[in-house]
Amino acid sequence: MSFFRLFTIFFALIAGFQPALASRVADTDLSSRIAALGVGGFDDLEKAIANLAASGDDRVPAILDRLGNGELTVRKADGLVFFADKVGTDFRLTDPVTGVDAGLAPKATVEKVKVNNRIRRAIASAVGALTLMSPDPAVRRTAAEAVMKSADVTALPVLERAIAAETVADVRAAMVAARATALLASDAPEADKVTAIAAIADIGSRDALGFLSGYTSTDGAVGDAARKAVAAIESRLMLWDIGQNLWYGLSLGSVLLLAAIGLAITFGVMGVINMAHGEMVMLGAYATFTVQETIRTSWPQLFDYSLLIALPVAFLTAALAGILIERLVIRWLYGRPLETLLATWGVSLILQQAVRSLYGANNREVGNPSWMSGSFALGEIQITWTRLWIILFALAVFLALIALLKRTRLGLEMRAVTQNRQMAAAVGIRTPLVDALIFGLGSGVAGLAGVALSQIDNVSPNLGRGYIIDSFMVVVFGGVGNLWGTLVGALTLGVANKMLEPYAGAVLGKIILLLAIILFIQKRPRGLFALKGRAVEA
Amino acid sequence: MTDKAEGSLLYLDNVSVSFDGFRAINRLSLVLEPGEMRAIIGPNGAGKTTMMDIITGKTRPDAGDVLFDGSVDLTRLDEAAIANLGIGRKFQKPTVFESHSVEDNIALALKGRRGAFAALFHRRSAIEQDRIDALLATIRLSDKRDLLAARLSHGQKQWLEIGMLLAQEPRLLLIDEPAAGMTDAETAETASLLKEIAKTQSVVVVEHDMTFVRALGVKVTVLHEGSVLAEGSLDAVSANPKVIEVYLGR
Amino acid sequence: MSFTCPPTNSPFAASISLVDLVWGYCGILSLGHGAFFALGGYAMGMYLMRQIGTRGVYADPVLPDFMVFLNWKELPWFWQGFDMAWYAFLMVVLVPGVIAFLFGWLSFRSRVTGVYLSIITQALTYALLLAFFRNDMGFGGNNGLTDFKDILGFPIQAPGTRAVLFAASALMLALGFVVASAVVRSKLGKVLVAIRDAESRTGFIGYRVEHYKLFVWTLSAVMAGIAGALYVPQVGIINPSEFDPAASIEAVIWVAVGGRGTLIGPLIGAVAVNFGKTWFTGVLPEVWLYALGTLFVVVTLFLPRGIVGLWGRVVTRRAAPAKEVDGSGRQAGEAA
Repeated sequence: MSFFRLFTIFFALIAGFQPALASRVADTDLSSRIAALGVGGFDDLEKAIANLAASGDDRVPAILDRLGNGELTVRKADGLVFFADKVGTDFRLTDPVTGVDAGLAPKATVEKVKVNNRIRRAIASAVGALTLMSPDPAVRRTAAEAVMKSADVTALPVLERAIAAETVADVRAAMVAARATALLASDAPEADKVTAIAAIADIGSRDALGFLSGYTSTDGAVGDAARKAVAAIESRLMLWDIGQNLWYGLSLGSVLLLAAIGLAITFGVMGVINMAHGEMVMLGAYATFTVQETIRTSWPQLFDYSLLIALPVAFLTAALAGILIERLVIRWLYGRPLETLLATWGVSLILQQAVRSLYGANNREVGNPSWMSGSFALGEIQITWTRLWIILFALAVFLALIALLKRTRLGLEMRAVTQNRQMAAAVGIRTPLVDALIFGLGSGVAGLAGVALSQIDNVSPNLGRGYIIDSFMVVVFGGVGNLWGTLVGALTLGVANKMLEPYAGAVLGKIILLLAIILFIQKRPRGLFALKGRAVEA
Repeated sequence: MTDKAEGSLLYLDNVSVSFDGFRAINRLSLVLEPGEMRAIIGPNGAGKTTMMDIITGKTRPDAGDVLFDGSVDLTRLDEAAIANLGIGRKFQKPTVFESHSVEDNIALALKGRRGAFAALFHRRSAIEQDRIDALLATIRLSDKRDLLAARLSHGQKQWLEIGMLLAQEPRLLLIDEPAAGMTDAETAETASLLKEIAKTQSVVVVEHDMTFVRALGVKVTVLHEGSVLAEGSLDAVSANPKVIEVYLGR
Repeated sequence: MSFTCPPTNSPFAASISLVDLVWGYCGILSLGHGAFFALGGYAMGMYLMRQIGTRGVYADPVLPDFMVFLNWKELPWFWQGFDMAWYAFLMVVLVPGVIAFLFGWLSFRSRVTGVYLSIITQALTYALLLAFFRNDMGFGGNNGLTDFKDILGFPIQAPGTRAVLFAASALMLALGFVVASAVVRSKLGKVLVAIRDAESRTGFIGYRVEHYKLFVWTLSAVMAGIAGALYVPQVGIINPSEFDPAASIEAVIWVAVGGRGTLIGPLIGAVAVNFGKTWFTGVLPEVWLYALGTLFVVVTLFLPRGIVGLWGRVVTRRAAPAKEVDGSGRQAGEAA
């Protein structure tokens, strides 16, 4: 029930911000209505609350809120109702209407106005009804939605008045919906209820669905209408579900893209099989962790910028590691891809163990900066900021790489070296340097992926292991040597995976996809966007 | 398929193939009679090697007919099937099995059953051994029979590959630049070896070396940009103004 | 040897010499032979599970414990028949064989070669790993199959049974060696080397390259399966970790260390690497992965022909020039 508690506090606060425009009744009138709170049992209390709320006075929400908190007491001597603040064993009494101090009262001389869950509900809806009259449209709208959730019959008269007075169209629609739910709960004629169901069905939200499904087993026209409305909402929500899965798929696809794009350069463009690619991602994630730890201890005010600072650090760490691997190991093995595969696998073992020795085998915690936490709803689709940022980041990295390869001198030299090494050397390009740079670039991009993955995955020495097969699948599926193919491949696999999940389950979906790719590679050994021609068939 | 194919050994009609928009072979037509030896010349990129790829099943043409023996459609068969029909091919760069001895190279190429199980239980017969010995003598590698092929000189590898080709007993030999990287003496010997072969089998030779082509003394086809530019004796095509332009004009 | 190399590793070593048959002799680097090993192991494990009978925790005469635990009512169709030894042993051969055959048939026919093949063999064993982790696949989920009681009526823990199993493994190892050397010495073996050295040339002389690859691929998968089946009763458990892609790669290094393209090399490599593993994990467990990683790098960089090659260089100076025994060299151009 704490929800109602918060709810009343919330409205009390909002109501408190609007004193100038508030509506008031005479203090004496209000006092007499308040005095009624102290008389009789729960039934009387409920009536008194309704009566108090009917005054429409803007001081009422605050009073009701304190009632809900159990801070209203009756002075036994005269039966008057006061706000009571505990001072030691005594209570300081305050007049709820005038705010005048009524002195200290020993515990024995006062009696708390008791509330139960029924009363709390009554308070909540009374506050909701009151706020329906608020001058702020946003408050009125939230209040209408609250009434709709509680389906409170007693709110009907207030709602009728509010609807009549409402000028903002969508607030009015929310109120009409709220009236409909209240109407359904009341003993109104069947025809009215059927109309009400239609009004609720128009909202089409999950709340509406939950509410209406309570009436599907009803007999007669109401039940029929409810069943029809539920079916309609469900089919509409199914579209939203597809949208949600599409979003999850894009999100997964962007993660795959990040993990695979560096590989698309080292494997796709250079033809080097780097099994330690996943470890480059892992290094990026640990670089992020280190940067964040440093910031946490030394400059905590920079915490929100920690990821931005980590980006260049992660890129350089991984790129440097990549260049070292290329210079020390891979360059001796050009033209022998299977040996490269084994040697880089050895490098991956060494890197994993090195990180384990330095940071321990346990998962490390990398925090989300404030601008990346939380989520928002787009229609019925829940979108977390983390995922949204990662998608944008993946696309940005991708476009930057394309631009780098197409528009810069370095990109030109890279393409020259990968197309015809001898010729490139002959025109004066230092091919070993370019090799090292390409490899550094691919590894650095993997490091960037590590920054992003640190936000959604466990930062552990095994982080990279989990992505290596998927990354290779993406690159091979998209077509080797084609960055656009990698983009399409990553997004296709991501979306296909998430679309399969609701039907096949997460693991089986993944298995199906892996087998599908294996079969696909048999059909098109060169991937979706294959280069064709004499050169590649030699 | 057509009357023209009747009686021919190799028949290419209107064959085209392109890679990524580049037309490597453009409406190429070529007829080879049984027992004929033909030299194919043309500048780099004329489509000589691609033509060989198409005949041997490595590349599928986009359009056109490729018929062997007047009726067998080569475009439907894979490399192994085409080889077993009796078409042998020698690559531009000598390709032999370097980890095998010279003798084993010939033995592997020897005409016979090619199935995996046949190979598993195969025992070399006396007839096969005689044939191997004869072939080694022909290619003048008898004294190097136990040497690993990797240790042969470039020219010897070329000869070994020709020997392997002969071991297949093909009806048609496609030979890509046999004289490349050979000394003059070796070139002359290769020419006489090919002429010897041409007495019993049909041969298509792709060659740049004009002295070598002249030594062969056969009908010449000039390829340019994927099609036939001229055909005839070497002297006739050398006098052809179009050929002169292609070879000397640039 | 019983100390340096646990006896249970000998079937694995046997299957490793078969990895070499496809890699060293045919140029196909399989990074998924662990999958065939594990499939054979599971087939054996299923037989052993059915032999438990009413001695399980839930004492169900037919259903293995984990199925009772999952509240299954009857035996899935693919568990039928595994109570009969002959059927189970047939499956030990057939399941890895058929899967390898289908996989190879699809791959080799469409000319999937070199690293592409290596990567999809990784994907295959990864997919199987995920599949066998699932409880509802019916293979005991991540616990796998264990708590075996007896094999062919003999108690599995008894010293006598264990001795016989060990002998069977040794026999299997010898048999694998004989089969492999027979294959290598035959004309088929020569064709395999020819494929490794010059694949398209082999095709142009009329050999159906894909048939040869398929033959040796399937043969090696079947023998890996048999090795797995001998391994399971000795260690008393089979679980999905045998499908771990990393395990398959680790096995390849045994071949590389010993010397590929030889038959004895993989055995030497298996013994040497496992000796190192036992020693390091006992004395300096932290250092083992560094050592193993370094081994991968050093062997590929400096010892391309492994210990056997090193020995050969020492013993005779008239070895063939240091020609790379790597069928994949040609694909470098393609991938670039």
